[in-house]
Amino acid sequence: MTGFITDVMANFWAGLGIKLALIAFIVPTSALVFGILEIKISAHMQDRIGPYFVGAWGWIQLMADGLKFFQKEDIVPTDADAPVFKLAPVLVLMSAMAIFVVIPWGPGLVFGDLELGVFYALALSSLATVGIIAAGWSSANKYSLIGGLRAAGQLIAYELPLVLSVVGPVILAGTMSLSGIVEAQVVFGVPYIVVQFIPFVVFMIAALAELSRLPFDMPIAESELVMGYFTEYTGFRFLFFFLAEYAAMFGMMLFAATLFLGGYWAPGIPESMMPFVGPVVLLTKAGLLVFVAIWFRWTWPRLREDQLQSLAWRWLIPIALLNIAVTATLKVIL
Amino acid sequence: MTVDAWIAEPVNWVFSIVAVVILFTAVRVVTSPNVVHAALYLVAALAGSAVMFLLLSAEFVALVLVLVYIGAVLVLFLFGIMITRAPTGFDEGLSNDRKLVSAAISLVLLGVLSWASLSAFGTDTVNTVGSPTATEILGDAILGRFVIPFEVVSFILLSALIGGITVARRDLTPLEEEERKAV
Amino acid sequence: MPYDVGSLMLLNQFLVLGAALFSIGVYGLLVRRNAVLVLLSVELMLNAVNINLIAFESALVTNAAVGQVFSIFVITVAAAEVGFGLAIILMIFRNRRSANVDELDLMRW
Repeated sequence: MTGFITDVMANFWAGLGIKLALIAFIVPTSALVFGILEIKISAHMQDRIGPYFVGAWGWIQLMADGLKFFQKEDIVPTDADAPVFKLAPVLVLMSAMAIFVVIPWGPGLVFGDLELGVFYALALSSLATVGIIAAGWSSANKYSLIGGLRAAGQLIAYELPLVLSVVGPVILAGTMSLSGIVEAQVVFGVPYIVVQFIPFVVFMIAALAELSRLPFDMPIAESELVMGYFTEYTGFRFLFFFLAEYAAMFGMMLFAATLFLGGYWAPGIPESMMPFVGPVVLLTKAGLLVFVAIWFRWTWPRLREDQLQSLAWRWLIPIALLNIAVTATLKVIL
Repeated sequence: MTVDAWIAEPVNWVFSIVAVVILFTAVRVVTSPNVVHAALYLVAALAGSAVMFLLLSAEFVALVLVLVYIGAVLVLFLFGIMITRAPTGFDEGLSNDRKLVSAAISLVLLGVLSWASLSAFGTDTVNTVGSPTATEILGDAILGRFVIPFEVVSFILLSALIGGITVARRDLTPLEEEERKAV
Repeated sequence: MPYDVGSLMLLNQFLVLGAALFSIGVYGLLVRRNAVLVLLSVELMLNAVNINLIAFESALVTNAAVGQVFSIFVITVAAAEVGFGLAIILMIFRNRRSANVDELDLMRW
C-alpha cells in the first residue's frame, strides 16, 4: 500500500494533481468545521444554544448554508465594476489557500517543502489586501468603499508586526523552511513559545488584525457599515469570502502552531507512529489557537481606527524590532 | 540550440505562456480607459514576472516582489487612486493625442534594444540549476560585499518616508488653527 | 522540479521580454495623462530592468547573487519612489482638483 502511494507520488504530474486536489478539499472542509465550531462556541459563550435543528446538535448547519448560497441568484449591482467585482473573491480565496502548501503535517508530509516557506506564506497572505480593496471599490456602495479603505489601512499597518514577529523563531531555527523549524524545535527541546513568548503575542494580535476579526473588526463593523467591503456580495461570491475568512484563520493558526508550538511533534511518540499521530497533534494545537481566537472575539470591544493604528505603529512594531535585536544578540552569544 | 530543442522543453512552454500573459497585461496597463483596471492589470504583470524570477531560480527575489510590490506598493497605488476620486466607469481624459508618435518611439526603442541583445548574445543559454538560489548566499552578499549600498538604500527609504509624510500633510484651515489655539 | 533545467532557456528570450516591457512602459509614460498612470508605467519599466538583471546573473556571473541583490535594491528604491510620488500627486490633486499632468505647466515660458 505504501509502495503504491510512493510510486504515484514519484510521478510528478500525478503527485501534483493529488496535492492540488487535497488542498482544494482542505479549504472548504476546514472552513465548514471551524465555522460550525465558531457558531456553537460563540453561542455557548453567550449563554445560548445556537443552531440545533439541522443534524444532531446542529453540525450540518453550515453545509446547509453553503448549499443555500449556491442556489441563490447571482446579483451584480448595475453600477458596480463587473470584472473587478467578480475577481475580488477569487483573489482573497487564492491567498487563503496558499498558506496550506507549506505547512508540515508530519515528518516529510508537506505539500511542497519550500526552503523559503515562512516568507512564501507571509507574501501570499498579503495578496488578500488587493482583493479586499478591489471588493470595496468595485461595489459602487459608500459603505463598501469606507470598509475597503479602512481595511487597506489596517492590513498594511499590521503586516509589519506579522512579518517582524516571525523573524524571532527563524533566527533561532536558522532556516525559513517550516519543516526545518519544527525539527529545530525538536532539537532545542522546548517549543519556541517558551523563549519567544512576546513575539507569539505580537503574532497572534497581528494575525487577528490581518484576518479582520474582532477586536480588529473595523473593515466589517457590522453595527456601522452593514457588512463593510462585502456588503454587495450575495450567493456563491459571498460563500467565497466566507470560506476564505475561515480557511485563512485556520491557515494562520496552523502557521503559528508550527512556528511557536512545535508543529506536529509531541514528546514520547515512537518514530513509526509519527506520520499518523503528527497531523492529529498539529490539528489539536491549531484548534486550541482557533478556540483562543474565537474566545477573543466575544471578550473585547472593537478597537477604533486610530487606536488600532497606534497599537500597530507605536507598540507592536517597536516591540517586534526589539525582540529581533535581543534574539539575534543572544543567539550569537549563547 | 535549435528551434526543435527549444520547443521540446516544458520550461519553455511555461515561459511562453507567462510571457504572453505579461505582455498582454502590460499593454492593457497602458491602454486601459479605467485607472483601477490599469492598476489591477499591473498586479497580473508583476505576478507574471515573479513567475519569471522563479524560472531563473531567484526564489527570494520573486517573493520579495510579491510581498513588497503587490502587497504594499500596489495597495498604496489603489489607496491613492481612491483618494483622488477615481470614478467607477470610463474616464475619457486618460490618454492624450500623441498615441501614434509614442507608439513609433516605443517600437523603435524595442527594435534597438532587441537588435543589441540579439547581436551580442546570440544563442547563449541561461545556466540555471533545478534548485533555487540559497538565501544564505544572498545574505552574505548583502551584508558583505554590498553593505554600503544596503545602508544607502535604507537612508533612501527613510528620506522618502519623512518626505512623503511632510509633503502630504494637510495644513490646518484658519478655523482649525483657532480651535487649536483655544484649547 | 523533476529534472535539471540548466542550459535549456536562451538568454535572449528574457532580454527581449525585458525590452518589450520597457518599451511598453515608455509608451505609457508618453501617452498617459493621469499622473498615477504615469507612475504605473514607470513601475513597468523598473520591472523590465529587474528581469534583465536576474537573467544576466543566471547567464554570466559566476560569483553568485550580484544580480539578485541589485534587483532587491531596485525594488526597494521603486517602493520609496512610489510612496513619495503619490504624496506629491496627492498635494497636486488637493491644490488643482485634477491629476492631469498636461495641465502642470505653470513653469513653462
